[in-house]
Amino acid sequence: MVTLTATKAARSRAGTLTWSGRATPYLFMAPYLVLFCVFVLAPAVFGLWVSLHDWDYLLEGKPFVGLDNYSALFDPSSAVYDDFWVSMRATGIFTLFSVPFLVVLPLGVALMLNRPFRGRTFFRGLFFAPYVLGVAVVCLMWRLLLDPNLGLIDWLLGTDIAWTTAVPWAWVALVGVTVWWTLGFNGVIYLAGMQDIPRELYDAAKVDGAGRWAEFRHVTLPGLRPVALFVVTTTILASANMFGQSYLLTQGAPGGETRTAIVYILDVGLSQYKMGSASAMSYVLTLALIVVSVLNFRLFRGRS
Amino acid sequence: MSLDSLTRRRALGLGLGALVLTGCGGGGGPRQAAQQQTGAQATAAPTTYTGPAVSLAFWNGFTGGDGPFMKRLVEQFNGEHPNIKVTMNVYQWADYYAKVPAAVSAGQGPDLGIMHVDSVATNAARQVVLPLDDVAKALNLTEADFSPPVWQAGVYKGARYSIPLDVHPLGMFYNKAVMKKAGLDPENPPKNGEEYLAALEELKKAGIQGHWATPFPFTGSMQFGTLLHQYGGRLFAEDASVSRFAEDPGVQALTWLVDLVNKGYSPKNVGQDADFIALQNGKAAFNWNGIWSINTLREVENLEWGVAPLPQIGTQPSAWAGSHQFVVFKQRTPDQNKLAAAKVFINWISGHSIEWAKAGQVPARKTIRESAEFKALKEQAAIGSQIDYLYFLPSVAGIGDASAVVDQAVNAAILMKKSPKDALTEAAAKADKVLEQNRKKYGA
Repeated sequence: MVTLTATKAARSRAGTLTWSGRATPYLFMAPYLVLFCVFVLAPAVFGLWVSLHDWDYLLEGKPFVGLDNYSALFDPSSAVYDDFWVSMRATGIFTLFSVPFLVVLPLGVALMLNRPFRGRTFFRGLFFAPYVLGVAVVCLMWRLLLDPNLGLIDWLLGTDIAWTTAVPWAWVALVGVTVWWTLGFNGVIYLAGMQDIPRELYDAAKVDGAGRWAEFRHVTLPGLRPVALFVVTTTILASANMFGQSYLLTQGAPGGETRTAIVYILDVGLSQYKMGSASAMSYVLTLALIVVSVLNFRLFRGRS
Repeated sequence: MSLDSLTRRRALGLGLGALVLTGCGGGGGPRQAAQQQTGAQATAAPTTYTGPAVSLAFWNGFTGGDGPFMKRLVEQFNGEHPNIKVTMNVYQWADYYAKVPAAVSAGQGPDLGIMHVDSVATNAARQVVLPLDDVAKALNLTEADFSPPVWQAGVYKGARYSIPLDVHPLGMFYNKAVMKKAGLDPENPPKNGEEYLAALEELKKAGIQGHWATPFPFTGSMQFGTLLHQYGGRLFAEDASVSRFAEDPGVQALTWLVDLVNKGYSPKNVGQDADFIALQNGKAAFNWNGIWSINTLREVENLEWGVAPLPQIGTQPSAWAGSHQFVVFKQRTPDQNKLAAAKVFINWISGHSIEWAKAGQVPARKTIRESAEFKALKEQAAIGSQIDYLYFLPSVAGIGDASAVVDQAVNAAILMKKSPKDALTEAAAKADKVLEQNRKKYGA
């Protein structure tokens, strides 16, 4: 109400000011909007166009093929059917198993790191540290540690598990390494969210006789809902876009079973130069991710 | 060095970059100049350049121990040719193969570069590189100056697109200390299938798994291809109309590799590079690896090692090899002076490739390969002795797409997911579809 009156007052005082006032938000957004349009929106629309052609940007003929690139993805006798769906399954498996760990474990870590104890800052740094490493460093290191015949992990455990060359162990390795690597990031987000929950709510809970569990259940969790929505959404998208771990740690072994959709799409688009087909695959993957994201938003909204 | 080639075919690194450039480049540019650029320049002097000062951009993927050798050669060339200045840019091969076509398409391409022989046809079809028949003619280069398979590998649809710099075959590296431990003569490594299996049996008795069978393209697929050719097979028909790797020789070859695991000569589930590490830390006796491993092994302290030609397991000798070849990139506006200078550069480097051999390569040029200086490089010369029976993929656009399918089959079979025959038969069906797609795409 106060702002409204203030705006009205400003408007009556000077017309130019009003105009600039109205344009201000757009001006502030303009730089991002320009980047977004040039690097996200335009390529996305262009990609849709590309997906309707046999497209190689260096070849003269880019014949229009209608929906052929899409129908090939659903035709078991096509050259891409097997590989594409195996890679989609790989992405699905990885997302399904990595997201719960990446959502729940960091929450636990954040809860612990939110309590006062000696060396808290050190441990906060420790849990976040792996996240600053590059994917190549992480994967080369773990590839050697997890080597089925020479690796330290099997030696320590006294086992001969094929962490990088056989399923399901390769999934355990991929999920485990990813959790180790990125846990700190989600942890920091949760931690920030927890520090935003008003102290008074905890005091009130105490007055009502709530124990630690009830506090967590009725104060911390509801307070974290917007943060958790963010964490779940970004984690699902990040997991569905997993590339480096599959590319470096397992190289798709065995027989392409751990090759993710993104790895395969890039292979088709940029090493086989079948950009039309790769674009069609990207759109199918995008569509799947949109569906998952919408469900996710529904779920969180439904609870509130 | 093994990593550089490892990632090259799946040239994914700069994916997005290439796509963005695509958008800006508008495609049409480099193409129209094709005809004018060739033919006219045969008049230029072949081995000296007397025109105005020019600078040449030379791109390649020598990111490993080979980079400094090439850099030194380029510096020496610049020193001896005051009116030509060559600037060398090095990218990871994976980035290089994504970046170069985009740069050429945008009119920002380098003047010349290096490509692996199995990428030449694809880049010729995509009009990234120029035909070089006239360069070969001007420099008086013929098949006799190299070796027939290496020279022929640079020809696509009747025109030459590349000039060979080197070949880099597989060789059999062996750990002498391990051989001694099993009572084998380290100065007399096995030469044929019988001797090889007998040696593996001795090693097994001494508790050593002699040959770690790797399921990964480096160098599992190369070992498979080698054995297949040794059994008299071909990966693809000469014109790449169909795949042939699922025929008997292919099944024999893959079965031989899988049997290494079955008979206990190799552990199961060999990880990436584990076979090469095992050779170095004395867990394996033999490793079939690329010639580029020479300098790596030389740096390992207290390692007694040797290298020999691959044993002949099948009915005839054969070995996988790659080859680095010079290519000249298409420009929007052709510059005759630059082309003339590029010719001089290619000829000079080729003539000085003995220095390049020290980086762990076999010079493609026959005179250099047969020189006393090369023979003095004991390891390189041992691997180089296989020159007459190296195999290359058919020079067909997009052949790498089909051979990537073979990688999956080799992987699945050596990891015991599928029988050799099933893995190859399934892969052959898929590869045939890929070949058909490519025929449609690039024109038969």
